[in-house]
Amino acid sequence: MSRLRTSIHASLLLLPAVVLLAAFTHVPAVRTFIGALYTTPRGKRPAVFVGLDNYRQLLDDPVFWQAMANNVWYAALTIPLSVVLALVMALAVDARLPGRAALRMAYFTPTVLPMIAVANIWLFFYTPGYGLLDQVLGLFGLPETNWLGSRDSALYAVIAVAVWKEAGFFMIFYLAALQTIPHDLREAAAIEGASRFTFFRRVTLPLLMPTTLFVLVNAVIGAFRLVDHIVVMTRGGPDNATALLLYYIYEIGFRFWDSAYAATLTTVLLAILAVLAAVQFLFLERRIHYR
Amino acid sequence: MSIADRPPGPIETIGAWLLGLLWILPLAYAVWTAFHPSAYATRFDLLAPLTLENFVAAWQAAPFGRYLFNTTVIVTMVLAGQFLVCTLAAYAFARYRFPGQSLLFALVLMQLMVMPDILIVENYRTMFALGLVDTLGAVALPYMASAFGIFLLRQTFMTVPKELEEAAIVEGCSSLGVLWRVYVPLARPVFVAYGLVSVSYHWNNFLWPLIVTNSVETRPLTVGLAVFSSTDQGIDWSIISAATLMTAAPLLVAFLIFQRAFVQSFMRAGIR
Repeated sequence: MSRLRTSIHASLLLLPAVVLLAAFTHVPAVRTFIGALYTTPRGKRPAVFVGLDNYRQLLDDPVFWQAMANNVWYAALTIPLSVVLALVMALAVDARLPGRAALRMAYFTPTVLPMIAVANIWLFFYTPGYGLLDQVLGLFGLPETNWLGSRDSALYAVIAVAVWKEAGFFMIFYLAALQTIPHDLREAAAIEGASRFTFFRRVTLPLLMPTTLFVLVNAVIGAFRLVDHIVVMTRGGPDNATALLLYYIYEIGFRFWDSAYAATLTTVLLAILAVLAAVQFLFLERRIHYR
Repeated sequence: MSIADRPPGPIETIGAWLLGLLWILPLAYAVWTAFHPSAYATRFDLLAPLTLENFVAAWQAAPFGRYLFNTTVIVTMVLAGQFLVCTLAAYAFARYRFPGQSLLFALVLMQLMVMPDILIVENYRTMFALGLVDTLGAVALPYMASAFGIFLLRQTFMTVPKELEEAAIVEGCSSLGVLWRVYVPLARPVFVAYGLVSVSYHWNNFLWPLIVTNSVETRPLTVGLAVFSSTDQGIDWSIISAATLMTAAPLLVAFLIFQRAFVQSFMRAGIR
């Protein structure tokens, strides 16, 4: 087969994928950067080039800063909590516990539920006064709390939901990795007289590093991408206490129909993801032990 | 038996089970509420009468049948599109050499980070320009070319021995014939794994369908549920819980029946 013919074959095979990827990922990403430099067209007024004005507006926008702070705090709590819990769950299910199949199911089930269903379930769980949480706390004589309605607790309430939904998902990857650890290592460690904790710290944990990286990357993307529960549970409230960046983009774009400012916010989100990708490739990849 | 190998002690067992109970509690609570009359929604009484009335009420209060149909159509379209588009592209990346290949592959991988879920504003404008807003196709289209699928299938295709391909060519197979007769059958477990992951993702997807649909004829179950539980129901938690379980049920039941396949699929799709 000649080189030209190979190239033509390859292009035909790639054509549908390239067209679709360009149409819904690359072109919109570029148009986002450009759109952020213009005003939003309204009625008969067309978009006007304003340079960095939208970014100036962004720097002065307290809601943007609030959403950023919320998102960082949300990621900083959700990620370690769900990853550590995932590891604990995987170790528990991997060990020869009685009823481990049922346990694995209990941990994994939230993962198959739609986030909207999860949000509804927890909305009820949190209902002030008669939700299960307040009922249980009531047994200990604690007062009613409006978990989602108070500025102090709303973000934590939302974080709990995200951890509940995601830990079981990450557990699966740890479980897969644990099952590939060769049995001789355990025997060798036992002959050396290593305790279980030493074995875990010196053998299991390093061998799990690639999995941890994979899970971390997914968790970070998830923390910036998944806002379904915010839409249902709090709508970013009370007083923007649970507004995450993507939720704010959604509000600006589809409730205020300010597409230029939404594009500016989206650019920030894209920049965050780009930094993440760079960190993943340049920094973390090197520090991982691949046997 | 060695120290490192002995079965876990009672403290670890109890801890693991407490965590398991805690984990299943919110769901168990929703199930309790959905299957009991509203009077028992928050009162726990083992003798409380069981009822299916909440499910009947929810089913009659909103067009869940139509939503279920919409979700099924969307998920099927996404899956069929992904299988076709990703298989062709993965084959090109795995078995062809052409100029600009690595650059193109890098551009494809970009989508792992920048998913269509994030570019909602621009994608909405595209759909508007195409006149596709509020159609089932608009919900499915942005997800059909998936970097994840292309990557996964490419890795799989690369492990197929060249000799098999050469034998097929000697037998008179065309390029597409080789793909269809050699590569696709050998990659079957990966297709199953990818399919399960994709179906669970799109069955549960919410934000994009929320934006791009606005009528009963196009709304998937998730958006329908959100509309149903956010408005004018005069919050009756028993009915909302029933509706919630109905929405999650098809996938949940499938998961309970094919538990092993699900878990293994998620594992397989994750290890790359």
